Amino acid sequence: MPRLTINGIRVEVERGTTVLEAAHFLGIPIPTLCHDEGLTPYGACRLCVVEVGTPPHTKLQSACTVPVEDGLVVQTHSARVDRARRLLLELYVATCPQSKTIQDLASRYGLRRVRLEPEFETCIQCGKCVRMCTEQMRAEAIGFTFRGGRRKVTSPFRPQSEICRQCGACQYICPVVELRCHGANPETTLCSGCINFSPSCLEHHDHAMCSLEPCAACELAGPLRLAGPLRKDLVWKREEPEELDKGEVL
Amino acid sequence: MPKIQSVQELETLRAACRQAGEPEKPCLAVCAGSGCNASGAQEVIGALRKSLARSALSDAVDVKSTGCHGFCEKGPVMIVWPEGIFYNRVTPKDAAEIVASAGNGRHPVERLLYQDPVSGERVRREEDVPFYRRQQRVLFGSNGKIDPKSIEDYLRVGGYAALGRVLTEFAPDQVVDWVKRSGLRGRGGAGFPTGRKWEVLRQQPGTLKYIICNADEGDPGAFMDRSLLEGNPHSVIEGMIIGAYALGAREGFVYVRAEYPLAVEHLRVALARAEEYGLLGENILGSGLNFGIRLVQGAGAFVCGEETALIASVEGRVGEPHARPPYPAQKGLWGKPTVINNVKTWASVPVIIQRGADWYAGIGTERSKGTMVFSLVGKINNTGLVEVPMGITLREMIYEIGGGIPRGKQLKAVQVGGPSGGCIPTSLIDLPIDYEALTEAGSMMGSGGMVVMDEDTCMVDLARYFMEFLEEESCGKCFPCRKGTHRMREILTRISQGKGGEEDLKLLEDIGWMVRETSLCGLGQTAPNPVLTTLRYFRDEYLAHVREKRCPAKVCKELVTYRIEPTLCDGCGACLRVCTSEAILGEKKQIHTIDNAKCIKCGSCLEVCQPQAVVVE
Repeated sequence: MPRLTINGIRVEVERGTTVLEAAHFLGIPIPTLCHDEGLTPYGACRLCVVEVGTPPHTKLQSACTVPVEDGLVVQTHSARVDRARRLLLELYVATCPQSKTIQDLASRYGLRRVRLEPEFETCIQCGKCVRMCTEQMRAEAIGFTFRGGRRKVTSPFRPQSEICRQCGACQYICPVVELRCHGANPETTLCSGCINFSPSCLEHHDHAMCSLEPCAACELAGPLRLAGPLRKDLVWKREEPEELDKGEVL
Repeated sequence: MPKIQSVQELETLRAACRQAGEPEKPCLAVCAGSGCNASGAQEVIGALRKSLARSALSDAVDVKSTGCHGFCEKGPVMIVWPEGIFYNRVTPKDAAEIVASAGNGRHPVERLLYQDPVSGERVRREEDVPFYRRQQRVLFGSNGKIDPKSIEDYLRVGGYAALGRVLTEFAPDQVVDWVKRSGLRGRGGAGFPTGRKWEVLRQQPGTLKYIICNADEGDPGAFMDRSLLEGNPHSVIEGMIIGAYALGAREGFVYVRAEYPLAVEHLRVALARAEEYGLLGENILGSGLNFGIRLVQGAGAFVCGEETALIASVEGRVGEPHARPPYPAQKGLWGKPTVINNVKTWASVPVIIQRGADWYAGIGTERSKGTMVFSLVGKINNTGLVEVPMGITLREMIYEIGGGIPRGKQLKAVQVGGPSGGCIPTSLIDLPIDYEALTEAGSMMGSGGMVVMDEDTCMVDLARYFMEFLEEESCGKCFPCRKGTHRMREILTRISQGKGGEEDLKLLEDIGWMVRETSLCGLGQTAPNPVLTTLRYFRDEYLAHVREKRCPAKVCKELVTYRIEPTLCDGCGACLRVCTSEAILGEKKQIHTIDNAKCIKCGSCLEVCQPQAVVVE
């Protein structure tokens, strides 16, 4: 069994495990957004970066993809790692400011100020839903299209997928938008209709589910809009939709 | 053609090819590389053929289209053999004169000879042209002598001799050992020692192993892999066969961009010819070696030059990288150990075998050996492909080979290593070019792109341009690269519009650092280089943009205004005619003025104004 050193602790773990698994085994928390035990490692969110190697020849690598090997030296919370994670989280908050998971992580890493303008994206493209659909649900109903900034999760050629069973696993595993689907009911109620065999939202929204288009609730509530000066604080309100009451997020 | 059964037969064939080639027969060898083709090489070849037919010399004089000579600035170029007379900027009109002077020891056409810009002297032979004098053309030397579609031509210049030698004299381990001793490092960018990579592959269990030639050259302005594949495809194939022997691979792939149609065509012909001659296939040269090469065309994603993304693309998946380790040499194509090397790396292998590992290791610096091919472009007199020994200084590259900066302008910076390389300022012009020195300066060797910039280049605008390219080419899989390049481009755009603040510089540095440290693959890890190096070496210029809202190079449109200097304007009306936005006022013979509300700052008036009365401020 390979022996490695994590944060100065000598540990012996089974061959084939990753550094992330080894750290979790030791009870060392490493943040991650794209990793799940039941899915193949993807290494896209980069939050789990750890410092690998003996100083001064160290490198940041994603813990979820690095297999353990004999003599590996790992630092999971060095100054360099913390700085990288904090800056990553700043970028995450600016991209998806409405996500509670990201807010919590940012607060844990002491992020006090976001210097970038918020973008209010609903997806961080961690690929969890795609892997869930392919590997666990064996449906392969959704995947990535396009490249770079235009890359997104969708069903092939964007109509409602014929092979999608509307199992809702993609929504279940999404780390970012916990309240993705509010169903056809007003916001703040989580209808959970999608885990039933006949989700109620389908009567109103044909394409609300696996294609991961802006979901029904967002459509109803209208786009989010910033209130208050940019970059000073991060308080914003929903744009006033005609039929719904004004509600504050955050 | 019956297959060649042994190394002896190969040598007999080579002798026959040399005999048939009639070395004394006059030959007009015209460069038909992409650069010269664009400047009319095909028309020149047609005119030469016609001219020869008219003078009834078609049988006495050969016309050959060869690969790229590298001196694209002066294209189309050609060489008249056997004398080796070098002509540049040839046009179809010159054909008759060239034909008349070919052979017979007559005088060359004086006006087509290269003229030294300093001394004014005419230079007869290619190697005496200053552009070539400092070069050491180990890989590109044969380009001007051979027809890339003819395997006989390649045999004539000693092709496949290294393969013959390897198959008869070397054990596979010995080949790896030679490559290791030669000090050859990957020419694709990262500079990983090739011998070490090969050694790792050899240590892997199993018999199924693959080799791949990475010809997915995507850097803007870089065309060395293209020129080598177009001009001398057999040298790459030979390198790969030797590699297959050394590494125990049965199958190889050449991954080439679909945007290189000529390279694809030449490679296809070369592969077919090599198969015909039994240099590829079963039992190569009677040695028992079985090896075939397949051609795979990429669909034009920059990221597919990254080896794990390339493998995904060859397998038919989306060209997105995955994390290493495991490295391709451990687990690559279809999960099997795979060695991926750049075009130039493969082409260097036969050279190392033929001339010796020690000879190769004798070129270059302590840790960077051999020659490197650069595409020298931008604000420089002699643009083209340059093959130089490692360790040459930037000064030698720019002033001796490149012939300096046009129009007497000042050198400002050199961008080395493609879009994700860094900008090296004039103060570091005596930097020797090798892997370590470039990395230390914040740049990288990359694939060998070298963009020269003069005083008219705005470094903020330049960084913004490269960020735009990288944002577009980022695959989007990992978050820091996808969003980091996007945000950096946004901030740089803001600064170039005069809307940036001083705090933006810190923000750029922070994001740049984070993207470099945390990105998944080489694309992201090097993407911030243009931003970080310009911030490091040209901070003043950034500060001028954010503090004084001024662009010192007068490039950023939002920060400059156009004005006509009344004392210089002669009222010719030239600017009036070219202005598309009707922003120039004043009748003919009167002094003109520019209406800044209408002016779109396109610079057309600046170009046409003879008395140089248009001033940019």
